[in-house]
Amino acid sequence: MRLSALVTELPLPPVVQTYLDQARQMQALSFAVHIPLVCFGIAFPTMVLVVEWLYLHTGDELYRVLARRWTRVMAALFAVGVITGTILSFEMGLLWPAFTADFGSVFGLGFAIEGFSFFVEAIFIGIYVYGWNRLSAQAHFATGIPIAIAGIIGSFMVISVNAWMNHPGGFTVRDGKAVDVHPVQALFGNTYLWHELVHMYVAGYLVVGFLLASVYGVSRLRGRWGRYERTAFAIPVTVGALAAPVQVLVGDWAGREVAQDQPVKLAAIEGLADTTRGAALHMLGWFNGSGIEYGVAIPKGLSLIAFHNVDAVVAGLNTVPRADWPIVNVVRLCFQAMVGIGSLLAIIGVFYLVVRVRRHRLPVSAWFYRAVGVAGPLSIVALICGWVVTEVGRQPWVVYGTMRTSAAVTGASGIPVGYGTLLLVYAGVVVAVVWILRRLAAAPLELPPEAPAPTMAQRR
Amino acid sequence: MQFDGVPLDFILIGLVLYTVLAGADFGAGLWQLLAGRGPTAERVRDHAHHAIAPVWEANHVWLVFVLTVTWTAYPIAFGSIASTLSVPLFIAAIGIIFRGASYALQAGVSGPHERRVVENVFALSSILTPFALGAAVGGIASARVPVGNAAGNLWSSWLNPTSNLVGVLAVALSAFLAAVYLCADAHRLGEPDLERSFRRRALVSGMVTGALAIAGLAVLRADAPVLGHRLIAGPGLPAIVVSVLAGLGTLLLVWRRRYGEARVSAALAVAAIVVGWALAQRPNILPGLTVQQAAAPTDTLIGVVVAVLAGAVILFPSLALLFSFVLGGRFDPDRATGAGVPIGRGRRVSGNRGFAGRVAAALAIAGTGLLTVASAEWAHALGVACFAGFVVAGFHAAAPAEVVAADTDGPSGR
Repeated sequence: MRLSALVTELPLPPVVQTYLDQARQMQALSFAVHIPLVCFGIAFPTMVLVVEWLYLHTGDELYRVLARRWTRVMAALFAVGVITGTILSFEMGLLWPAFTADFGSVFGLGFAIEGFSFFVEAIFIGIYVYGWNRLSAQAHFATGIPIAIAGIIGSFMVISVNAWMNHPGGFTVRDGKAVDVHPVQALFGNTYLWHELVHMYVAGYLVVGFLLASVYGVSRLRGRWGRYERTAFAIPVTVGALAAPVQVLVGDWAGREVAQDQPVKLAAIEGLADTTRGAALHMLGWFNGSGIEYGVAIPKGLSLIAFHNVDAVVAGLNTVPRADWPIVNVVRLCFQAMVGIGSLLAIIGVFYLVVRVRRHRLPVSAWFYRAVGVAGPLSIVALICGWVVTEVGRQPWVVYGTMRTSAAVTGASGIPVGYGTLLLVYAGVVVAVVWILRRLAAAPLELPPEAPAPTMAQRR
Repeated sequence: MQFDGVPLDFILIGLVLYTVLAGADFGAGLWQLLAGRGPTAERVRDHAHHAIAPVWEANHVWLVFVLTVTWTAYPIAFGSIASTLSVPLFIAAIGIIFRGASYALQAGVSGPHERRVVENVFALSSILTPFALGAAVGGIASARVPVGNAAGNLWSSWLNPTSNLVGVLAVALSAFLAAVYLCADAHRLGEPDLERSFRRRALVSGMVTGALAIAGLAVLRADAPVLGHRLIAGPGLPAIVVSVLAGLGTLLLVWRRRYGEARVSAALAVAAIVVGWALAQRPNILPGLTVQQAAAPTDTLIGVVVAVLAGAVILFPSLALLFSFVLGGRFDPDRATGAGVPIGRGRRVSGNRGFAGRVAAALAIAGTGLLTVASAEWAHALGVACFAGFVVAGFHAAAPAEVVAADTDGPSGR
């Protein structure tokens, strides 16, 4: 028992790591590649199932063809998501062994549960993909449901860990070590979890909705606008259009939670150097170390948005030593990009909904389809920018206020080699994903000849 | 306390299943590489591809399971292992990327040249990954990973006789398992020539692997005497005996063309090796670090045990379903039966769109009030629920699929 006490009093001590920044960038790269795929895990199975349900309900062969083609896309993206997700698991130990060694007992449970939802996802995606034409129609539809549920639960678990890193609880630190550990409370009793979770789910539907819509929107601009393309456009664009305005309000809620729990992050988002009563909100511009240059100021805007009170006091960066500031301009720029793109998506969404309600048809202007074509890739930019705000804004902490990122990093050498290798490999993976998606899109449609004649004629 | 070791048992089960399931998927890649050229080789490669396609992702998840349970229940051990063995683990990770990416690419290749490139990447990474993971295991087994952040030697921890042995053995065991399983699959599919060729592979690789394992004991005695001794003369012995018997039994069963039983006994032979290592190494996880010392606080261990047991209730029936489809031949290439008949052929999706639209609008207004104006947590929760309802009702009201299906570009009078 005494030996046990000896060991547990010696967690992995901090080391000097010259390449801390490279380790962080390597982690950021791995997330940036993985997170768009997570969106497809959250939202895509549901959308495929909606289309399959339409087939079951109407017997219209078009929906079956569409659902099968989307299934192929889903299978390819899931395979890539499996590996990029596994890389993240490896990096927990390869890059941040001291973080995992000291706090694995607090946050690890979330990943252990996530492992099971990953299992369910992998098992049923195998059944769903290979079950087309081999199971009865109803049984096949049923095997898709666990994929949708598992995709949601898995991301729930991962986000609960991230929320814990941003707003840690469920343990006490004694002599630099986590004691009195209550993982369930740490992960699920966290007030910071819910806005983050909802914000990410809605983002999943936004990204998948607008990305799919952008593909078929470009089809229309190129003159391919048969019944198949119209259907494949209308379903995701409707999802994206409904989610976009919701995301604006959810984002506003997230901002208020950040203001309350992570005031320094909020100060970095705004570039607020000094604690201010009735602080202004700045759009665009550049933080020069003491304030915003060249920005457009909205007086008292920040106090209003963050605290719903024009005279609220907003804590500035000066509440912590300068060495503990996050990289303000990175956080700020990414925040502005996310909000700007999110607003654009909301405008596109509302426009679409108004046309649908007023005129009972899709918009006809080519400009609408151009906007949607751009909105798809932009939604991924917004997604990644949002995560940069969360994660870079959390620095210099890996466990907010408790463990510094520099204390978490590995003592192993060779980070630049690993970073360079992963950069090359992931560049190859991105090229491969684009290639496979184009190949899948180029495969001829297997629409039956009895499909409505006029639209077939229109297609070619 | 006995409880400290329970998650370790889960980890061991996960490791065994990863070895006998994902191991066979790695082995299938090896046989693809060794198939050579020509039409027969194409059939061998196709056969291996079809056999693993529906299951490889699920089999791969066992690795993620092992990682997550290890870092939750034995965080100090995990941090020490991952930092000292970062090189082989990174190599394994790169191998995993190539494997998954090339698998995804196989769905879109056309023409023999593209196919060959993608398949070779897949096959090479199928050798690289088990070797690197085996080398990492060899480093742990030969006590070359001390407690601490990268406290061991980054190179000699996995470039040593034991690591080389375990790495090569991992590749050989994978090939053996794959040959036996693929032989059984070929038998089920009624492909006598594929069955013959994989039967030969199973017998040869079985003998080679057995010889390697026996030679390996000599390597262990020299390089990791403590483990070697405990494996041959100590607690590991029963497992080694089981492995030898099951291995010989597999050869006999394959020889007599009883592939169903051979599948099980091959898995048993391989599983017993992993279990033998665990038995020989207990109670230490790392030098000077017992299972008890490495274990996380009690609340965490309880959480892990509850999560794993609850997960198992969902997991094993799901796995049983998948494997019953695969092994029952349901997913075989010639079993496609055409589209099933949908329930409501010819029915229209109908409903009161106008009402759904008004509900959506009402929910949007209520959601805005609850989420944005109100500040209580319950109000926020209700607000989020309202918005979820808004999206569902809004989608129903917009009925995107039907609207565009019904008309071309002109206004529609739905």
